[in-house]
Amino acid sequence: MSATKHSDLGLRIRQNMGFSIAVLLFVIVYFLYHLAHPKGFSSQVLVQNSNEVFSLAMLAMAQTVPVLLGGLDLSVGAVMTLVDCLASHLLEGTGASVGFGIIACLFAGALAGFVNGCVVVFGRIQPIIATLATGAVYMGLALFLRPIPGGKINEDINWAMTNALGDFAETVGIFDDGKAAWFQPVAGVPTALVLLIIVALVTWVPFRRSVTGRTVYAIGSAEGAAFMSGLNIAGGKLAAFTLAGLFAGIGGIFMAIQTSSGNADIPMAGAYTLSSIASVVIGGTSLLGGTGGAIGSIFGTLILKVISFNFRVFDIAPLLQPLFEGLVLLAAVSLGALSILRVKNQLELFR
Amino acid sequence: MIDMIKKFSLSRLSRDDKPIAIAATFILVILIAGTIYTLDRFGTAPLFSPTYLIQQLQIGSFLGIVAAGMMLVILISQIDLSVPWTLAAGAMTATAVGGEWALPAALVVGLLVGTVNGLGVAYLRIPSMIFTLGVNAVMRGLMVAQTGGFAPQTKATELMRYIAAERTLGIPHAIFVWLAVSILLVIMLRRTSFGRSIYAIGNKEAAAYLSGVPTKRVTIIAFILCSVLASLAGVLLAGYSTKAYQGMGDAYVLPAIAAVVIGGTNILGGRGRYLGTVVGVILIVLLNSVLSIMEMPEAGRQIIYGLVIISMLLVYGRGEKATS
Amino acid sequence: MTIRDANDLLVLKGISKRYGGVKALQDVDFSCGRGRVHAVLGENGAGKSTLIKIISGVVQPDEGSMTLDGAAVSFRSPAAANDAGIVCIFQELSLMPDLTVADNISISSPPRKFGLIDAKAQRHRAEELLATIGCEDVNPLMRIRDLPLSRRQMVEIAKALGKKPKILILDEATSALTSSDVEKVYAMLARLKAEGVAILYISHRMHEIEALADDASVFRNGRHIETFKKGARSNDEIVQLMIGREISAHFPPKPAYEIRKPLLEIRNLSWENRLHDVSLSVGRGEIVGLGGLDGQGQKELLLSMFGVLKRVSGDVLIDGVAQKLNSPIAAKSAGGGIALVPEDRKTEGLMLPMSIAENLVIASLDELSSGIFVDETKVSNAVADAIQRLKIKIGSPDDAVSTLSGGNQQKVVIAKWLMTRPDVILLNDPTRGIDVGTKQEIYRLLRELADEGAAILFYSTDYDELIGSCDRVAILYDGRIISELQGDAINEKNIVAASLNIAGQKSEGGAHVGH
Repeated sequence: MSATKHSDLGLRIRQNMGFSIAVLLFVIVYFLYHLAHPKGFSSQVLVQNSNEVFSLAMLAMAQTVPVLLGGLDLSVGAVMTLVDCLASHLLEGTGASVGFGIIACLFAGALAGFVNGCVVVFGRIQPIIATLATGAVYMGLALFLRPIPGGKINEDINWAMTNALGDFAETVGIFDDGKAAWFQPVAGVPTALVLLIIVALVTWVPFRRSVTGRTVYAIGSAEGAAFMSGLNIAGGKLAAFTLAGLFAGIGGIFMAIQTSSGNADIPMAGAYTLSSIASVVIGGTSLLGGTGGAIGSIFGTLILKVISFNFRVFDIAPLLQPLFEGLVLLAAVSLGALSILRVKNQLELFR
Repeated sequence: MIDMIKKFSLSRLSRDDKPIAIAATFILVILIAGTIYTLDRFGTAPLFSPTYLIQQLQIGSFLGIVAAGMMLVILISQIDLSVPWTLAAGAMTATAVGGEWALPAALVVGLLVGTVNGLGVAYLRIPSMIFTLGVNAVMRGLMVAQTGGFAPQTKATELMRYIAAERTLGIPHAIFVWLAVSILLVIMLRRTSFGRSIYAIGNKEAAAYLSGVPTKRVTIIAFILCSVLASLAGVLLAGYSTKAYQGMGDAYVLPAIAAVVIGGTNILGGRGRYLGTVVGVILIVLLNSVLSIMEMPEAGRQIIYGLVIISMLLVYGRGEKATS
Repeated sequence: MTIRDANDLLVLKGISKRYGGVKALQDVDFSCGRGRVHAVLGENGAGKSTLIKIISGVVQPDEGSMTLDGAAVSFRSPAAANDAGIVCIFQELSLMPDLTVADNISISSPPRKFGLIDAKAQRHRAEELLATIGCEDVNPLMRIRDLPLSRRQMVEIAKALGKKPKILILDEATSALTSSDVEKVYAMLARLKAEGVAILYISHRMHEIEALADDASVFRNGRHIETFKKGARSNDEIVQLMIGREISAHFPPKPAYEIRKPLLEIRNLSWENRLHDVSLSVGRGEIVGLGGLDGQGQKELLLSMFGVLKRVSGDVLIDGVAQKLNSPIAAKSAGGGIALVPEDRKTEGLMLPMSIAENLVIASLDELSSGIFVDETKVSNAVADAIQRLKIKIGSPDDAVSTLSGGNQQKVVIAKWLMTRPDVILLNDPTRGIDVGTKQEIYRLLRELADEGAAILFYSTDYDELIGSCDRVAILYDGRIISELQGDAINEKNIVAASLNIAGQKSEGGAHVGH
């Protein structure tokens, strides 16, 4: 029995090689960063990093779901921007109105994703083109909401969400304003990091183990077979795009909170979309669909971001940063592709 | 309206011609709608004047050349996202080198980028979506490092000005360049074994490979042509605007893909006619122009742009069910 | 003509189905009974697969009614049919390669805990189901992608069993199995039969039908021709019912066996652990068959000679000259040219959405070009010649090749290669899933080509085919040629014995061990 357990573990590691390498790479590079940073291993640095990572990590999670279907969502950046602009209108007030605003923003993100799904499923248009088009529409709506950057966010929320848990507790007024003794060990943990973990735990993990989630994987692996197996194809696709919209929406809300404004910046939305694709691939999800997962994509984002953090601490000319990022992306995908050289039956290349 | 078109004129058209006819009809619709607007607003009808149309074609020639290359890559079921900075790199190289070597140097840059893209996709079999994205980032990095993050101070050469902006018999030379590229591409796609191999690979790469089609070579050449055309477009654009600048290619990649798809080329490869891409380019350029004549704010333009792409594709009735 | 009794579980009445202008099924009455194995026979295009698709909910009939257990039913989707207890085992069509074996087996109704999939229970379920068909060696955590074809097929069967079928449909389900698996599947079917499950069995292999079926129904041109009990009709009669006309001879006559000067020589070919030291020669005008159980290296042998496999050791000579075969391009021009008719015409042989003409010329574009330009006159002449020579039934050469029937599609693949005028022709099971009429045309064509001087190496999973059309047969076992048969020694007994590597067969008349 223990022998089988052992070999099962080996099997699982082999099957999740891309993910394992991504995690390992991140841990090493991030450790080096803290070593080199003058304030390394401090809550302050952690908070700053978490805030910088959060929105892209959400976008990478968003991108993961359509990619698992074997599609691509070129509108995630636009949805994020749209929700960002919406939030800059709705999250200004206090109390219940903010709560309502957040719910409205989440709903808007999910709705945008659902519309993508409808165009793909009922319009039978390839995801990449469908979302290229809907992305333009969402950008238009965002520009309509914020023709020029502006707006305002409730300051308490801004403070609570973009600092450590201690600050959060103090702002919200729980755990003796964050001064409870038992709370101190975790008071320095960044709120954004906790939020990221919570989102992953309450959305992705159940989704991955739900029938709908597995339908998404099945469609990406072999759509015809999934249909033959009696799975709900249309439902799976709609759910995937809706979930993508929801994740992008969360990213948008955080972006609004973080910057305390809304900004419908077309190039920025495009850059975010492309970075989300890069994160997904670095995180070990296949662009052909069927394998991978959102947790991997979060690590993909972490790797991308940690590289730019390192540029700061190692004082490398910032002008070289884009070049270096590109090279890392190329190196990552090329290393992943080296297994191609071991293929001895050329027909296997054309799967 | 569209139903009528379908009923009366499209029933006898082949699968590949139908989108082209619909897109061409839509171009007329855009022009007519724009003319109604200008008549109402200014009492003039400039949209059907040769001056206006030629000017639009001149603007369209840059997008047209990029889209021509993009189409080749899409036909083999790949995509090239490195176009923006290949275009910019072509322009920057040309202006930096200057003199008579400006154009060849730019095309060599395109050749190199295309070779890297092609090798990565054909030999390492990395999905082109991600590999060209990486190459784009590298090109951007190289250009940023090279220029120090500022707009380059060099200017377009005389020759570049000549082929991009000057006119013969009232027709801008850029249009001639686009025309020449188009003729070459049509001949290549329809009359050479390279062209037939492209369609074969796009339809079923394994079958093409087992038929003795040099799939790797064709893939690499397609990427090279795409990048060379992008850098050529960069040279023209620099000549047209008298200088090269960062981000000059950013506005070209997605419209190029949209133009190819609106022209009826299957985004999954293997099917599509070059004429469709030309029609798609003209449609996008005119749509932009008419919307700006109407003083449509950016928000409205984006929305209309997106809706046009979706509705065109819905009308084409593309995409087969998994079960069929 | 249809046998009816109270035991009927599923009854179809007046079922018709059209695809565009084509009538796939016309006014079909059909029934199958509890605890019986019912074989469905017919050529390709006879309507068998449409019948199955209707029963299993993949497509809906235009007319007619269906009753299950006496109650009227109509299925909107495969899921609906599954819920009613009708389960179909497709040819590896319903597995998702990136999901694990356990995921696949429980894909439609996984065991759940708190609304989420219970991975542990799912795994146990997979282990149990795999055990019932003797497949304990498959780890449920493996991905389908990493399993060999024969194991995948067993998973497919386990998946179907997990749905607790009342009616089980097997569509060529054993074609990829090893013989020991086939035994296990037979045993499983016998158990299900005893439990009262109705089994619909579709196969092109006569001996399987003889071994299994209680009843058989023959279809032709979308119509139900006849249903009879096992043994009521002879094999010849059945074949005649299927093709609807008298058949004179299945195979063209073979020339007397003679020892020929080798045109193609394979020397000590080895690849990975799939081919071991294979040596074989094929003479001009000779048809050499490759036999043996499926998956013994026959496919790899053909692929290695076509430059598809990397790092192959050993030599391939044509007319005594060693060839460097590192790609299909090289193989195409090696010696007088090598051609390969691949295993799967739909993914390896054809570009399905492209036209018949474009498919035909894709391998010979160089010959059909003047300078860099493709010569349209040459192309249309060549296309017309090919269509005529192989009697391909088409509307227009510009129609998509996907509009053709399976047999005609295979003819396009063969015609494509004949246009390159190859000296050496390699065929990988070219008649699999093809109707009897086209099969015979292919046999005749192969003999013609041989008579014109080609060397033909021909892998087939069908023993009758090897016996009927080959001058010599090499049997592979575990990547080695363990026996070569020629002349009268090519008979079923010798082939089966050699395929199973039964000791003692070597001494039988005419057979000798490969060099």
